[in-house]
Order: sequence, then structure tokens, then C-alpha cells
Amino acid sequence: MAYDVNGTSVEHDEEGYITNLSEWTKELADIIAKAEEVEMTDEHWAVVNFLRDYYEEYQIAPAVRVLIKSIKKSLGPEVGNNKYMYELFPYGPAKQACKIAGLPKPTGCV
Amino acid sequence: MSETVKKFLYVNRKAPYGTIYALESLEVVLIGAAFDQDVSLAFLDDGVFQLTKGQDTKEIGVKNFSPTYRALGDYEVTKLYVEKESLAERGLSADDLQELVWEDEDDDYAEKPSIRIIDRTEMAKLMANQDVVLSF
Amino acid sequence: MSTLHTVNKSPFETSTLKSCLEHVSDGDTILLIEDGVYGAMAGSSMADLVTAKTKAVSIIALAPDMQARGIDEDRLIKGINTTDYAGFVDLAAKNDLSHAWL
Repeated sequence: MAYDVNGTSVEHDEEGYITNLSEWTKELADIIAKAEEVEMTDEHWAVVNFLRDYYEEYQIAPAVRVLIKSIKKSLGPEVGNNKYMYELFPYGPAKQACKIAGLPKPTGCV
Repeated sequence: MSETVKKFLYVNRKAPYGTIYALESLEVVLIGAAFDQDVSLAFLDDGVFQLTKGQDTKEIGVKNFSPTYRALGDYEVTKLYVEKESLAERGLSADDLQELVWEDEDDDYAEKPSIRIIDRTEMAKLMANQDVVLSF
Repeated sequence: MSTLHTVNKSPFETSTLKSCLEHVSDGDTILLIEDGVYGAMAGSSMADLVTAKTKAVSIIALAPDMQARGIDEDRLIKGINTTDYAGFVDLAAKNDLSHAWL
């Protein structure tokens, strides 16, 4: 199973998470978002970029409540609240945003 | 939170990369953190090696999970007890450990240290005073 | 006849290193790998036992395993050297026998 990024194929697992994290690009993020029926806005990108920074620093994708708490602290309570985050990513801010960010499924997501 | 909060202690006694125990323990702690219990982590015997500074695994082809301990504060895991005697037997001191902190939301996000060095007698008391002990 | 002994267990977890130190012959080499590299650190409760053998046998620690565990070279017991994977292969080739202590 693979995404097609301008003719290059990027492998993913049965849930759509990419297999090799280093193959992520912004173009790929747009393609995954389209498959997830998410239209990427600046707020979406802010969350995706936050997740990538978090993974870079701690080597894990945060659980959803940790994500929302951290977003609240860094981007403010207008973005960092349950309701708004689920509006951005209807299938779960951690699960769906991590997929778009090219990260593994969040630790603490069973 | 309707259920009673229980005291959970995760006991870490293994070095980080030679076996899978340390990583498994860390993952269980992160997953278990969702259950809002009173969690403490104990590091004794070779478990103290899990927290040392400067780990770099790129030459051995294994994931370096030492940065993940720094995320524990975000998961509200803020009590990491390290046994003094175990450090000393291994030629280590508190200075050889990563600095781990948690942010106190109720105190304007002040950073507070998570690591507490305790002696063997205190460790024994800590172990005795739990509802659930999980050893790795 | 010389033997290359490899020890991959922490000396604080099992008695493997201690037993190896007690059974090597003069002129042998002990290569500390994986968690075995913790046995090379100065200042530990094992250090005297290891130091006592550094004259009779060559004790070497594998650098990539030290690096993974955050052990700098200046933390090693005096008389212990380090090597890389290529050096490991050379040691295996140079000695008549390899003894992997588990």
C-alpha cells in the first residue's frame, strides 16, 4: 500500500500511517489530508507542525489530551480546546493529524 | 473521576538497550497515564542507566528513547525516584542523569524537577506503600 | 593460543563478567559489548576487579555501544581501550578462539 506523490510511491500501513518517517514531505501531507477528507488551513498546519516538532524533541507522538494541553499552551485556548481540535480533525486530532504529519500512531492510543 | 485513585509504582531495574524491558516499561507508563492514577517511577539497580545523559544510538541501529523521558511531565508523571546506592555502585552521581522537569499549571507553568534521589531505606518504604507495583 | 572473550551483560545484573575475569588466561582479550560496556566504567563497585586484570589481559570496550549508553571515553577505567566494529572483526580474526560469554 502506498501514496503516490508526483510519481514517487510512499509506503503506508493498513491504517494509512507512512512506514518510513523520513519520506514525509508537505506535498505528501496534502495527499494524505485529501484521502482523509481534511482541507488543510493554517490552523491545520500549525497542529501538524507542532506534532512534528514534538516528535523531533521527544521521539513520540503525544496522546490526544497531551496534544490539546500543549497546543493550548503554545497556540492559545482558541485552538487548544477539544471542540475546535475535533472540528479541525474530525476523526481525532491526534490520530488524524499524526497521520498527516507522517508520524506513527500516538503512544497511548489503543 | 469517579473511581478511586490508586497508587501505582513502576519499578525499573534494567539497562536501556541490552534488553527490551526499559522501553516496554516506558510505553506502559505512557499508556497507563491515561487512567489518571497516582503514578510513581522507581529507578534502581541497572535501571538508573535509563536516565543517563548523552545517549546516542545511531551507531547501534536502535531507537534512542532517552528523550522520551522528558515528555513524562506532559503526561503528568512527575515523580521519578532514583536510588542513591544504585548510582554509587555504578560510579554515577545525580549529575550524570538527564535533567527532567514538569510544568506546574497551577503555578504559572513553573518548571519543577521530577527526579528525586532517595536512599535504599526510603525506596523500600516507597515500594511498601503502593496499591499496585509493576516491575520491569 | 589466545582467546577473544566477549561479554554482553551488565556486571551489576549477572556474574558473567566476574566469572570471565576469573577464567581468562594471560594474553587473552576481553571485549565488552552491549550492556557489557558498563563494566568498563571507572568508580563503580566492579572497577577494582576489572582494573586488577588490565595488566594480564587486554580489556577493550566497543565504542558504538558506549556511545549509545552515553559513556564518554574519559569515564573508562585506566588501561581499557576502545574499538569499533571493524576492530571487533580484527580481534576475532587475530585470536585462535572466540568465547562469547552470555
